[in-house]
Amino acid sequence: MQDELIRRACELLEDGTVNRVLGWQKGQFVYDITPAVFTSVEEVKNNFVYNDFCGANLSKYLRSESEKEGKVLVFLKPCDTYSFNQLLTEYKIHRDNVYAVGIECYGKADVEKLRAKGIDCITDVKNENGTLKISTIYGEESVPAMDVMAERCLNCKSKKHVAYDELIGEDGEVLDSHRFDEVEEIEKMSAEERFKFWQSQLSKCIRCNACRNVCPACTCEKCVFDNYDSGAFNKAPANSFEESMFHIIRAFHVAGRCTDCGECSRVCPEHIPLHLLNRKFIKDYNELYGPFMAGAEVGQVSPVVDYTKDKDAEASVVQKGGAE
Amino acid sequence: MQRIGVFVCHCGTNIAATVDVKAVAKAMEKEPGVVFSTDYTYMCSEAGQTLVQDSIKKYGLTGVVICSCSPHMHELTFQKAIAKAGLNPYMLEIANIREQCSWVTKDIKVATEKAIVLARAAVAKVVLNSPLTSGTTQVTKRALVIGGGIAGMQTALDIAEAGFKVDLVEKNPSIGGKMAQLDKTFPTLDCASCIVTPKMVDVGQNENIRILSYSEVAEVSGFVGNFDVKIKRKARYVDEDKCTGCGACTEKCPMKKIPNEFNHNLNNRSCIYIPFAQAVPKVATIDPRYCLMLNKGKCGICSKVCQAGAINYKAKDEYIEEKYGAIVVATGYEQIKVDKYDEYAYSQSPDVVTSLEYERLMNAAGPTNGHLLRPSDGKEPKKIVWIQCVGSRETCDPTKGPARGKPYCSKVCCMYTAKQAILTKDHYPDTDLYVFYIDVRTPGKNFDEFYRRAVEQYNVHYIKGQVGKVTPENGKLMVQGSDLLLGEQVHIEADMVVLSAAIEPSPTARPLATMLTTQMDTNDFFTEAHPKLRPVESATAGIFLSGMCQGPKDIPETVAQASAAAAKVIGLLCKKELTNNACVAHPNEMMCNGCSQCQGVCPYGAITYVEKEFRMPDRTTKVRRVAQVNEAVCQGCGACTVTCPSGAMDLRGFSNQEIMAEVDAICQ
Repeated sequence: MQDELIRRACELLEDGTVNRVLGWQKGQFVYDITPAVFTSVEEVKNNFVYNDFCGANLSKYLRSESEKEGKVLVFLKPCDTYSFNQLLTEYKIHRDNVYAVGIECYGKADVEKLRAKGIDCITDVKNENGTLKISTIYGEESVPAMDVMAERCLNCKSKKHVAYDELIGEDGEVLDSHRFDEVEEIEKMSAEERFKFWQSQLSKCIRCNACRNVCPACTCEKCVFDNYDSGAFNKAPANSFEESMFHIIRAFHVAGRCTDCGECSRVCPEHIPLHLLNRKFIKDYNELYGPFMAGAEVGQVSPVVDYTKDKDAEASVVQKGGAE
Repeated sequence: MQRIGVFVCHCGTNIAATVDVKAVAKAMEKEPGVVFSTDYTYMCSEAGQTLVQDSIKKYGLTGVVICSCSPHMHELTFQKAIAKAGLNPYMLEIANIREQCSWVTKDIKVATEKAIVLARAAVAKVVLNSPLTSGTTQVTKRALVIGGGIAGMQTALDIAEAGFKVDLVEKNPSIGGKMAQLDKTFPTLDCASCIVTPKMVDVGQNENIRILSYSEVAEVSGFVGNFDVKIKRKARYVDEDKCTGCGACTEKCPMKKIPNEFNHNLNNRSCIYIPFAQAVPKVATIDPRYCLMLNKGKCGICSKVCQAGAINYKAKDEYIEEKYGAIVVATGYEQIKVDKYDEYAYSQSPDVVTSLEYERLMNAAGPTNGHLLRPSDGKEPKKIVWIQCVGSRETCDPTKGPARGKPYCSKVCCMYTAKQAILTKDHYPDTDLYVFYIDVRTPGKNFDEFYRRAVEQYNVHYIKGQVGKVTPENGKLMVQGSDLLLGEQVHIEADMVVLSAAIEPSPTARPLATMLTTQMDTNDFFTEAHPKLRPVESATAGIFLSGMCQGPKDIPETVAQASAAAAKVIGLLCKKELTNNACVAHPNEMMCNGCSQCQGVCPYGAITYVEKEFRMPDRTTKVRRVAQVNEAVCQGCGACTVTCPSGAMDLRGFSNQEIMAEVDAICQ
């Protein structure tokens, strides 16, 4: 797969379709692969990486990349295409400046799950027909990919690319996932239990802002947490409750725009299951307003910010007549 | 530094009996920013207002908090008062310690505590208030009247008489409405068409009135003083300007078996038709459902016989767009469908008719030329039974399915039944007439006298009780009812039965209410802004109500209300300009991220987006998509401010900061 992407990226660079490539490169370690922009064939050939650790959603980087001169090539996994569409809906990406290549995805590995299996100090990874062949400084390991797959990939919502200019590999279907099961478990808790659960999770927050910075829905010019006048300004937390509010406010802000890409949970150094907050909103939307998937189409309007006279004016028309 | 004055009103004993007003005033003295705090019996009185004004001068106040009744009552009063003393009217906050406090409890301690909290919140907000100024907008000197019945015509005439242009939209081919179909009017028995047709002519000839007949309102946008309305002019396939109304086409048209709506389908008309002799505009209309030329492409007789060359089979629906300063709704009423009342056999026997059908049967211009003849066999009926309250005053058990009828009294049935009975007796003294009623309701000038006449002089048999069943049998209608006064069953072998079917608002009313974003009640009657003090205004500024669309009423009431609505419209159109709402949304462009969510939630279409060039901190420039608010259109609802994820949109007079300060003060 990696060779295929590199080949195509070089072709598109050489024929002048694009002048940059947005992809992934190795980070400090093999498993912390980071998004990167490549401007030459050499760079691509030397540094471009695509493997089971390439979980990062590249759509958000198009916010700034698509503002620049010339076209940028981007590789989008199925779930990334939803974020891409949502950003287009919000006028955050200049579509003309993007050449989007959809790529097949079988799910990405979670390095924490590997560590839990005692596999650490990884130097290389290869996926051979669903089996991860991992080299570590201690030797070779082999583990079924499913066993170490990230939660968001186990509960993959869609293998379908909802936006692309060309496709490498096969397009899939929207899946009937079990992503709301965990939300249901939390819903079943009593209010105290639920409060305790979230308090224990959210109090771990160190306010590194990684979730906010990686989130494709967090694209404000100036975040409310950075704005002194907003009343939610970043202040020294007097207690752990302050950090709870950060995540709850953030969940409200991305409600109806969150495509459930799961990047927030992936990047959280404290392993807070932040995606569950967003999924609760998505579940509520589905139940209250009918199925709604942010980013499924460009231009679709989330049900709570959709005011149409023929549908909604009725609500303001007083339904109860006169005195009773 | 703000210098705030707090004024606690007793409202006589309305507040003072439940709230310790002195304690509230005293507590406020300690609030940050407050330099003066006092109480007074009636703050809204002239003496009270003077107290506020004098204090502003004496203590150099920069903001005022009035603890009194709802701002709905007196915010404007106090805004004017402080403006006279030199303060900006928006440097005022009202703490509602009456409706939200003294009126909801009898516990003095609790009420006083709450009053203090509310006052504290108001102080916290007023400290952050900033002076606001309102913009102004021009008023379009043209009115739109929707509905060409007696209500719409009267409103249009009165507005036109004042010198303003009026467009009168009527969905049918002719104006005139229901009144043109009536025979005589109660209690004077003057002929309905003799009084309504001259009015129609007046409307038709008035230079300021443009009749848009056979037309419907398609879209409404804008706001008071500046409504943009799209009107659909349905294709009538006849050029209104060329048609002389000679009627040659209607005579030659081969399609003659079309049910005649004007006569409630009691006879037929041709496919190309003029609804009635006095129609205004008197032009023919082709009914596209039946026309051979339009449907099968052959015939074309009307075109051949038309001397004026007015027929145009290729006509299409057209849309016109016009600006209006005010809109009057006069959509009128219909009678409910009575087929669901199986017990009255309306669907089984043609001799069971509704009261409006009976009007046509008695009318000299009706299907029988005024001879009262049974629809079934064309014989004169000898025994007629009226059934009152068919579908009116009906209560139902909601657990047993939806109601068949309406909970309200239709108001006009008692009187028109007495009228119909008197007229029938006048023409046919040998008839035997029965009226089954629940109550006879006759409030109105000369109404009860009129009803007494029916009973005493004309010997109409009024029976208190309802009819249980009407059975058609051998050309007769067997009516079985109960006489509640005698406590016995009554059986009448009648020739005809007349149903006083309930009236209901026109089915066009609800979609129109949605377009106008105005309010309706559960029965689909338009809701007035205040049931007693603003009966002809809707709650939406610039939209007025005329006639039955607001509730059941008779002709004199309708005309009175129509003229009242006209007076309100004239008052509005006379204004040079309108003051805009000062509390409007405004975006902070530096923070706006261009996502367009606010645009989606704005019910007034006040928000647009523009590409704007900005200078960035690093001295480069960047083109960004940012929101803009049309302050004349914004109504200050605040939907955009809560939608904006960046907090870039804020509302003047109700800023996020001010509201948070209030909440903080309450939670202190």
